[in-house]
Amino acid sequence: MASITMTSAADEQVRQPGQFTLFLRYLRRNKSLMIGVIILLLLVAFTAIGLLVVDQHHAYPLSAPSKKAPSWQYPFGTDFFGRDLLVAMVVGMWQTAIIGVIAGALGTVIGVVLGFISAYFGGWIDNLVKGICQVLTPIPVLLIQVVVASTLDKRDVTIYTMALIVVMLAWMWPTLVIRSQVLTMKERQFVSVAKLSGVSDLGIIFKEILPNLLPFIAAAFVGQVFSAVFASFYLAVLGLGPLREPLLGNIIWAAQGQGAFFNGWWWWPIEPAVAMILILGSLALIIMGLDELANPRVRRSE
Amino acid sequence: MATFRLVARRLLFLIFVIWAASTITFIIPRFSNRSAIRERFAQLARTGGFAPGDLEKIITAMQHQFGLDKPLWQQYGDYMWSVAHLDFGYSLNKYPATVLDLISQALPWSIGLIFVTTVLSFVIGNLLGAIAAWPKSPTWLRGIATPFVLLTGVPPVLMGVLLLFFIGFKLKLLPLGGAYSIGVVPNWSWEFALDMLAHQVLPALALILGSVGGWVLSMRGMGVTIQGEDYVNFAEHKGLGGLTIFRDYYLRNALLPQVTGFALALGSLVTSAIVVEGIFGLPGIGTVLQLAIQSNDFPVIYGIVLFITITVATLMVALEFVYPLLDPRIRKQ
Repeated sequence: MASITMTSAADEQVRQPGQFTLFLRYLRRNKSLMIGVIILLLLVAFTAIGLLVVDQHHAYPLSAPSKKAPSWQYPFGTDFFGRDLLVAMVVGMWQTAIIGVIAGALGTVIGVVLGFISAYFGGWIDNLVKGICQVLTPIPVLLIQVVVASTLDKRDVTIYTMALIVVMLAWMWPTLVIRSQVLTMKERQFVSVAKLSGVSDLGIIFKEILPNLLPFIAAAFVGQVFSAVFASFYLAVLGLGPLREPLLGNIIWAAQGQGAFFNGWWWWPIEPAVAMILILGSLALIIMGLDELANPRVRRSE
Repeated sequence: MATFRLVARRLLFLIFVIWAASTITFIIPRFSNRSAIRERFAQLARTGGFAPGDLEKIITAMQHQFGLDKPLWQQYGDYMWSVAHLDFGYSLNKYPATVLDLISQALPWSIGLIFVTTVLSFVIGNLLGAIAAWPKSPTWLRGIATPFVLLTGVPPVLMGVLLLFFIGFKLKLLPLGGAYSIGVVPNWSWEFALDMLAHQVLPALALILGSVGGWVLSMRGMGVTIQGEDYVNFAEHKGLGGLTIFRDYYLRNALLPQVTGFALALGSLVTSAIVVEGIFGLPGIGTVLQLAIQSNDFPVIYGIVLFITITVATLMVALEFVYPLLDPRIRKQ
């Protein structure tokens, strides 16, 4: 960051392109980041415009005639329970976004804090954090989430509890990533210089190390959003979601439960599936792109 | 002596992991205000018509029977003791059947599906990834890897829904779910075997397509680093044939880290298989779990979770012991 703002009088004539132009130019080189961002923006536009235009009540049962194939009146068709699937998609994507962002942000914050503490202070704290992560790694996280979700009272299962369940056991990966980055960063010379010139621990963490970690934190955040969306989707497909809500996984669960393909209602399960593929696919592309941004060494390995 | 200590350390770690998993499955339900027995009887009362007075007596009697009136530490001890014996208790809905009965009935189906798909996707993915990174491989062969990489972000379940739609529903080539055709009585004939196999193709394909991309990606990354190594250069200058270098110098070395990756991926492979089974209605553990979730059969849910966790953790540690067999450098140390 510092190098960009440092312009001497000599190269004043060479007009520095703005941050935004530089970003656009970078996107053109980083194809997977660009495609991912475009798909995600389209999905966001679909959801945002949808939320403004449609009546959200039609995403819930008995609000429309049931089992109608896609037509002009119902472009996405309606399901067995009488939900307009276009509206259900809009609301379902919005709820998926809520779960993803809440769980992603919480997981990243926990990961960054734990990773920092563990790597910066070392000693028994580091051993404890590392040990917990190691013990939890062989345990399939989804199954523990199944236990948590199934003990909850069905009325207590909402979009927000889903996000909390998902984040409860998904902070290990960002913790380990941030920890290893801080460990290498700690040994760099600029940190030693800062330490020798008497900067406090907090000063070093916030002024020296954190700014250099931003690409990794961004990548960890998108990774957390991806795994939160993924995990909540799996839970919902198993029938552990908030059953009343038109969450994408819930719709697939309900469709398979009613034998949608056997009965010829093909549009019912296929629409949430395609929506989910677009969401996860765009996030995966963004992760790959950010990885390239954070580790310049893999940039030219294609 | 050193190996013995290493083995003992890993085994201790395994026991620790199993202890942690069973403690988690013990503690979490205690935080909840749901009582499996009460809910079950309330459900029976709604449909059958018990007098409420008797109901409370029955519930207390049942709780005594299951040891739920003992102090918490004693319950914990009993629980750990039964987990050590692989005894997960009784199913609430199919009462005389134990959880282990239900698991062992479903297990062959799940093992068959998971084993075949995991092996196939590991082999296909790594081969494609290695070919994609190898500079001398023909262009058309390299191109095969690309579509698989694009599928990396798609979870197997969604793959399953797409396959059901295109191959099962539109083209009507393969059945839409279930273990065998409706109305057929299981028997030992070729026709039945073929029918059963046809029902397994789509779920297997969903799992394979969903996981091949990951292997391709990591193998390609691995391959790029390996081909710059000195020993590969040396083999080339020695005049060895392209195929020998590819197989013995390049593939074998690039595969080693993939085995570690395989151990780490086991958990997500198994969970994916479980959800896919549920979507296709195969009679495996996933469907048993899904039915248990729908009918609030808590002992079955916890039992299956614990069983899978123990299996996955054990396999992961077992794979670590395979590693020195593959890599002589580690064996020497």
